[in-house]
Amino acid sequence: MKTPPAQLDKTTFGFWLYLMTDCVLFASLFATFAVLRANTAGGPSGKDIFDLPFVLTETVLLLTSSFTSGMALLAARAKVHKQVFFWLSATFLLGAAFLFMEMREFTHIVSEGHGWRMSAFLSSFFTLVGTHGAHIAVGLIWMFVMMFRFSASKISANDLRRLTLFTMFWHFLDIVWIFIFTIVYMFGALS
Amino acid sequence: MSTKKNGMSLRNAYLVGFLLSLLLTLCSYSLVTRHTFNNATTMALIASLAVIQLAVQLIFFLHLDREKRPHWNLLTFLLTVGVLIILVFGSLWIMSNLDYNMHPRSDTEEYIIKDEGFHKN
Repeated sequence: MKTPPAQLDKTTFGFWLYLMTDCVLFASLFATFAVLRANTAGGPSGKDIFDLPFVLTETVLLLTSSFTSGMALLAARAKVHKQVFFWLSATFLLGAAFLFMEMREFTHIVSEGHGWRMSAFLSSFFTLVGTHGAHIAVGLIWMFVMMFRFSASKISANDLRRLTLFTMFWHFLDIVWIFIFTIVYMFGALS
Repeated sequence: MSTKKNGMSLRNAYLVGFLLSLLLTLCSYSLVTRHTFNNATTMALIASLAVIQLAVQLIFFLHLDREKRPHWNLLTFLLTVGVLIILVFGSLWIMSNLDYNMHPRSDTEEYIIKDEGFHKN
């Protein structure tokens, strides 16, 4: 089935609206975190458990993957088959590295005895950052499926549509991460 | 959403967006690690840097500036921003009031004496 341009515009707008509702989900988690961040109940505060150079590395990985996903979309529009696969693989590897680092951070914090049951601060921290991580995991599965399509056959209008929506999703997750980086980690290191 | 505008090609837009975002991230990181300013100033600065980076990514990655009229994506985004502000700052406002008013009775009395200037007879 071919997708005419007007239809693609409608599809991307529909997906954009989904992203806006996802913004509201993240906003409620940010609000919860902002309210509870000082309630450490005798446990550690952000300053005690955050490893800033580690978080900066995560941030750069995710930002770079946002850029490479854009490159994949441009290559797909130009119908340069091999480049799409290359940029998509790069995006996948960077995203996977980011998620791996986040899991390492979580397991490290929990193994130190600072699990999510310990305080309201830790509960809201794990919920906010974990929800972002869950979105990243979904994005990785989405990419994995698309990589097979781009390696197997030529680029159809449907593939292009999927990739367009995926890059929107991936850029959106990077934007959410800017605020997690600033509000959770940077503010946390200050107070 | 992605028609070519006179000026920058999409490839350059992604490149500029990437470099600007990287720069903004490193700026806020070094502001925090070097303690150049006091905490309140640093927080205000890095919050502004985050908002600037949001704008950078909306323009250079999501190409909101290239959208044709009637700009539905931009309008729905602005509406969402309104909802977000009410949600986040409204929650903070309400919860800080609750926190203030729900302290044990003796604490509340102290607060009232201190903040409102009332005195016990």
